[in-house]
Amino acid sequence: MYNQTEILKDTSELGTEGELVINMGPQHPATHGVLHLVVTLNGETIKKIEPHLGYIHRSIEKMCESLTYRQFIYVTSRMDYLSSHINNLGCALLIEKGIQIEVPDRAKVIRVILSELTRIASHELWLGAMAMDLGAFTPFFYAFREREMITEIMEDTCGARLTMNYIVPGGLMYDLHPDFQKKVKAFVKQFKAKVTEYEDLVTNNIIFQSRTKGVGILSAEDAISFGCTGPVARASGVSCDIRKIYPYEVYDKVSFNEILDTAGDSFARYMVRVKEMNESIHIIEQLIDNIPDGDFVGKTKNVLKLPKGEFYTRVETARGEFGVFIVSEGGTTPHRIKFRSPGFSNLSALNHMAVGSKIGDLMATMGTLDLVIPDIDR
Amino acid sequence: MYSLEGITKSIQDWLFLKFDPTLALAIECVIVILLAISLFAILGLVLVLMERKVAAHIQIRLGPNRVGPGGMFQTVADTLKLIMKEGLTPDKADKFLFNLAPFVVMMVGMLLLAPIAFAKNFQIWDINIGVLYISSVSSLSVIGILMAGWASNNKYSLLGAMRSGAQIVSYELSAGFAVLTIVVFTGSLQISEIVASQQTGWWLFKGHIPAVISFVLYIIAVTAETNRAPFDLAEAESELTAGFHTEYSGMRFALFFLAEYINIFIVCAIGATLFLGGWMPLHIGQWESFNHLMDYIPSSIWFMGKTFLLIFLIMWFRWTFPRLRVDQLLNLEWKYLLPISLFNLLLATVIAIFGWHF
Repeated sequence: MYNQTEILKDTSELGTEGELVINMGPQHPATHGVLHLVVTLNGETIKKIEPHLGYIHRSIEKMCESLTYRQFIYVTSRMDYLSSHINNLGCALLIEKGIQIEVPDRAKVIRVILSELTRIASHELWLGAMAMDLGAFTPFFYAFREREMITEIMEDTCGARLTMNYIVPGGLMYDLHPDFQKKVKAFVKQFKAKVTEYEDLVTNNIIFQSRTKGVGILSAEDAISFGCTGPVARASGVSCDIRKIYPYEVYDKVSFNEILDTAGDSFARYMVRVKEMNESIHIIEQLIDNIPDGDFVGKTKNVLKLPKGEFYTRVETARGEFGVFIVSEGGTTPHRIKFRSPGFSNLSALNHMAVGSKIGDLMATMGTLDLVIPDIDR
Repeated sequence: MYSLEGITKSIQDWLFLKFDPTLALAIECVIVILLAISLFAILGLVLVLMERKVAAHIQIRLGPNRVGPGGMFQTVADTLKLIMKEGLTPDKADKFLFNLAPFVVMMVGMLLLAPIAFAKNFQIWDINIGVLYISSVSSLSVIGILMAGWASNNKYSLLGAMRSGAQIVSYELSAGFAVLTIVVFTGSLQISEIVASQQTGWWLFKGHIPAVISFVLYIIAVTAETNRAPFDLAEAESELTAGFHTEYSGMRFALFFLAEYINIFIVCAIGATLFLGGWMPLHIGQWESFNHLMDYIPSSIWFMGKTFLLIFLIMWFRWTFPRLRVDQLLNLEWKYLLPISLFNLLLATVIAIFGWHF
């Protein structure tokens, strides 16, 4: 067990001749939260990175064990707060699979549309934050302009802007807002018109390209061995999109591409995410006019009980594979629960990717990993 | 014609009439110092507000709009807050150097105000080696930054200061060569003569390609010299929290902040003087009536207009570009800018020798 003084003592002993040990975080503008990196430097060159976790650990997994199957879903909104809707979906899918609840088609389609909107919102925030890490402040505001439209749609639909809590086992909590389709179409139109601004401002910028190309390279083998998923792995050429491999809800009925790149550098990860936003828009366009009528929630018992056994589901969040593993003893609460969060595995690759590069490169690498600290600490 | 010359002349005449020459000179000095300090304060307030407004409009928002009409007094309120804030000194800092550093940086800005011609015959000190004076004094500011970084006893500050040292020393070369191009054309180091040589046209237009190249080089180099984005590695907010001024708070931080803006003003003023004709109005060849009309605009407005145009350009850079990496920054200078400036200086010399410029 570490306490604060031990950490300080520990890091001061790390520094040998010609080395500079700096504590980056838990309060640092680029770590976006309370990530604490102990970075060993030689001049400007990074020799070692040691992440220290636990500053925002809330024992969510333990907490879930004392909550019923209806209740524990909403705690997961607080893990990866940028894909809270998709986290909720993963938990609901597991319960539906375990108890074999029939979900109405209407709910399935709405869940997918909202998942894709969540993914776009998350990528928009990442785009702004990453550009800010590289010293460009303006893209942040451009990205938030579009993200704001999504959060407004979310506010109309579920009453919340960040932690949606819209999903219940068997369907949705309420029906859609009457303006939903109109607003989503307006967003799609706005996004398609404005996405070229990102190209002009960020993608085609020579400084941005020279800061990201060839920086923080992760090979396909390393991506697999570190357990990286999501855009991080796909930028290295690892096909790992859960929506394609294990389709859930209506993902097998819509056409979309899995974005792959082979370079494995920061620029590839950037491009994968930007293209993914366009794919998400493509999915939304296919579904928005085809929301079937009917119930928004299936018939369920009041008290849900998962049969005895082990259950696992996975969904594709904005950051990668989110897995839920539950051991049930047949009661109303999970006996043991484990979340597989994408951020934790992606962070583990950071040391491998950043060693030997400059401090500035660390920002590019860390920015394109798209870390959400509550997701890593849980 | 409106000119500040009449006012300054009458004040001087009156002073020399009333007092003996030594005392009159001393009083003049006091007046000039007071004017320079108030100019400092006003420039700081105006430029900070301008930066925030420019940034806001580039970033599709409104910027400060609560304190006073259009947010005009926002910087005044901020300054008051900074003055009243406690100025913390870190426990193991080198107290003397830590407290001295902001004043060194500030002093450099003040010294650089001296040779700048703000309007026709409105110049504090028309020294005959003006350009040399500017180049040599401006290189002193790196000492203040290194002092701040070292004395703070903070690793981020130290990294920021070291970056800043490497950066300013390198980019001074390019800035120096760019300035030399104009000196070669003019044949004088004196600011008033450089301005006077642009009576018929600004050097940017009549110096052929070398002048244009050196103008671009100058803008790039001074952006780096004043530690502005995309070359703000010394501060590098997302990497080094705040770089060399991480540990500074209250008024001492405000001095660094103010010095940054004063430095921007000064480099832009020098750029305007060398390349855009200083306080000279815009004249186009044979358009007599147009030229005559332009003469009616006071020279101080011409000077400030040109300076603020360049300041806007530098602000525009900051809110558009990401930051360079430290090795890319040094590569840019030593591999590209420096060879280009050397070649450009050679070209300018050839043109000047044969008298090919207009």
